[in-house]
Amino acid sequence: MIRDSDFDDLAHKSGEWLRGTGPESDIVISSRIRLARNLADFPFIRRCSDEDRISIERTIRAKMDSIDDWRDVRYIDLEQLSEIDRQFLVERQLISREIADAEGSRAVAIDPSEQYSVMINEEDHLRIQVMHSGLDLKSAWQSIDELDDKLEGAILYAFHPQFGYLTACPTNVGTGLRVSVMLHLPALVITRQIDKVFRSMQRINVTVRGLYGEGSQYTGDFYQVSNQITLGHREQDLVSLVGDDVVPRIIEYERKARDFLVKQGKQDLHDDVSRALGILSTAKKISSEETMHYLSKVRMGVNLGLIDDVPVGTINKLFIHTQPAHLQKLQGRLLGSSDRNVERATYLQCHLSGKLSDGELN
Amino acid sequence: MKCQYCEKPATFHITELTEPDGPQVMHLCEEHARGFLQKEATTPAASIAGALAKQLNLGQTKQELAELDQKECPVCGISFFEFRNTGRLGCPFDYTHFAEDLIPLLTNIHDSVEHCGKRPRRAAAADSHAELIQLRREMEEAVEREDYERASEIRDELRRIEEAGSTEQHATEEEE
Ligand SMILES: [Zn+2]
Ligand SMILES: [Zn+2]
Repeated sequence: MIRDSDFDDLAHKSGEWLRGTGPESDIVISSRIRLARNLADFPFIRRCSDEDRISIERTIRAKMDSIDDWRDVRYIDLEQLSEIDRQFLVERQLISREIADAEGSRAVAIDPSEQYSVMINEEDHLRIQVMHSGLDLKSAWQSIDELDDKLEGAILYAFHPQFGYLTACPTNVGTGLRVSVMLHLPALVITRQIDKVFRSMQRINVTVRGLYGEGSQYTGDFYQVSNQITLGHREQDLVSLVGDDVVPRIIEYERKARDFLVKQGKQDLHDDVSRALGILSTAKKISSEETMHYLSKVRMGVNLGLIDDVPVGTINKLFIHTQPAHLQKLQGRLLGSSDRNVERATYLQCHLSGKLSDGELN
Repeated sequence: MKCQYCEKPATFHITELTEPDGPQVMHLCEEHARGFLQKEATTPAASIAGALAKQLNLGQTKQELAELDQKECPVCGISFFEFRNTGRLGCPFDYTHFAEDLIPLLTNIHDSVEHCGKRPRRAAAADSHAELIQLRREMEEAVEREDYERASEIRDELRRIEEAGSTEQHATEEEE
């Protein structure tokens, strides 16, 4: 493992999971699985003394160091990090908001492709997460299962024969497994079917949460589907509930809604997404929610073949790279909110305007 | 419109679709919205409070609950009251110490009380969690007062417990 506190290089690239490939990636942004694990010989984090936390961090780091194929893994001490750097890792989804805002000894190990990260001293001693592009839960499960085996070889986990892996919160006990799929559902939102679709999901042990509500000025059209329960089912079955049962159904509804929109008025739709691209590539200052709103439209336009020269990976990347800490990392200085709006516009222009003029030649 | 948590303007409007009373819209500023979205999909304290409320309806008297609230874990010192308020347990031994109190709660949350997924190849016996935590603490104290002989005795003891757990585990695997 490489101990590191300087990750400016990350600001210039993006994680594997953003590349916009993988099954169903026109609708599914990412597939994420996380496992909660605790050491058998320490209290859970809330009842830990400062010394306990230090000792947990040291113990786990030493074990991780002994993992052979972890030579390129980056190990970041979060306690020593500036707020902006922690925010950066949150935006990148490599750490949780909770661990970013916590106090005391805590850390994260990140693999070079950003497909997995392991948080130390979050709500549980260990939070292992794997993130893949598109709907790719089975291979994400395989990776995280292997990762868990590797760590287990070095660490004595708190495990109970009846209750399974023991976690600080009983909502995670058993498998400690949370599967989350991030979906882009603009057509279901436009056709006002989204609530109906999700109401039908309520009875099957999944949680749906949406960013941006109906009736607000902007809609961002992103929804996250996760398993609600963690105990009493095998990991593979929980993965399959979300990945084979629930998500494909939502995808089908979204596809139908997109078809409907195209049939109903292709010109209007084409106009709408082209204007969105126009605003993003020419605005001189733009807020982050306005950016999300228009990026969402452009993303749908790209996936419907109405915009054909912006790769979906670029759009995915822009969602992350236009967030506050990313902009400030790229600039190498702290920026106030109105400066950020100017920087964001410049950044978008630089990544989109070339494409726009190319597109107009076609 | 202002953010629900601070004075900044609410620019994010998040629909929480799993609320029992139907979809709820949260109005948040950019910063609080990001924080909110990074959190787990279910807020644990809320779902535990909900499950406990159900449990109360199922016939436990107020007095029984008051007594339960006083119950404390001998290892980490957490009381059931504190657990109920925070939604977080204090140590692995709590699952043994509060087992019968947690069972109705787990049934409400997961509709099950029996893990049937992955098992680690190496695990300490559940009833040794208390001992493991206490010995580890004693070992650290011994190191602090530079009693290295005692510390190394404890280390051996810890190793013995860990190994006992793993052989037990293997034995059950072979039986299967
Ligand atoms: Zn706020
Ligand atoms: Zn305890």
